[in-house]
Amino acid sequence: MNEFRGQTLSWQVVNGAIELALHRDPCNEIGSLTLDELEQFAAALPGLAKEAHALIIHSTLKAGFSAGADLRELFQRGQEMERAAALRGVREFLERIHAVMNALDATPLTTIAAVHGVTFGGGFELALVCDIIVADRMARFCFPELRLGLIPGFGGIPRLKRDLGNAVVRDLLLTGRSFNVMKAQQIGLVSQIAAEREALRVARATASQVGKFDRRTAAAAKDFVKPIPYEELKREIDIFCDLYSRPAVEEGLRKFAKNEGVQPYLP
Amino acid sequence: MSAPTIDHTLDEILNLAAAHFKVPREKLTPDDDFFKTLGIDSLQALDLLTRLEHHFRIELPDYELQGVSDFRTLANRIQARL
Repeated sequence: MNEFRGQTLSWQVVNGAIELALHRDPCNEIGSLTLDELEQFAAALPGLAKEAHALIIHSTLKAGFSAGADLRELFQRGQEMERAAALRGVREFLERIHAVMNALDATPLTTIAAVHGVTFGGGFELALVCDIIVADRMARFCFPELRLGLIPGFGGIPRLKRDLGNAVVRDLLLTGRSFNVMKAQQIGLVSQIAAEREALRVARATASQVGKFDRRTAAAAKDFVKPIPYEELKREIDIFCDLYSRPAVEEGLRKFAKNEGVQPYLP
Repeated sequence: MSAPTIDHTLDEILNLAAAHFKVPREKLTPDDDFFKTLGIDSLQALDLLTRLEHHFRIELPDYELQGVSDFRTLANRIQARL
């Protein structure tokens, strides 16, 4: 399937680069529908890779790349079923999204996240699977999960540890603060900064450049420098599920879902 | 080079906010609630924070703005980082 137009995302191959566009209002919250379509993309990826050298992931929405997991759906699902069933559902969701993230991480294509605006939580984790992050000047990154009594659950901590120094990881994780693109570049997370609304153009230019090289060589280089921390990723799921089962998390999710004194993008 | 005065910092914040959110500068005063005066939500407040960080070349963690809604206190927080 060389082209796909879904409810939450679409893809097409343009000049040898697969462009995966996220477009679920209001800010690409990742819930069950997005997961279904991401799984379709992951299944199509080996076929698409035969006619492409790069993958670009971007958002068509003004608010940003992605605000992360769909917390309202997470809360609602938790209300609709018994606690044990809800926990099983969360684990299943995490295992499925990890499978998608791992497939994106491991693809021999050179992968580029073109991010702007809100790049939070699961959205940040999606960017972290990519080989290169190109960020709009107004992009902002955050792991806010501790505010809800959780840790990032889509593979964020192991991949952040892979790419950054542990002291920086601790600051970002334990304060739950958001940070701008200058900080992101300073700590080594973002490699290229684009002007406002230019991240996709810069990502396309980068994709064009990487397309000049022999694919097998590029894939070997990627495999050499980008190990996938499978054991830590599995452990992250266990820790997340352990934390999710506590009542404090349900209360945090309830406040968020009901908009009780919560400003979604601020602490 | 000495840090700018708090009045200067406050003035720059008001100028930037007025220009970006297209509000007449003369309508903004230091003690205004910027959420109300600018008519912005948390997403736009985050956008304002990013613009201010770029403008002043500082890093201002968002938790320092928790409970802050007026320009004067915002200017004090920024001043402490200059």
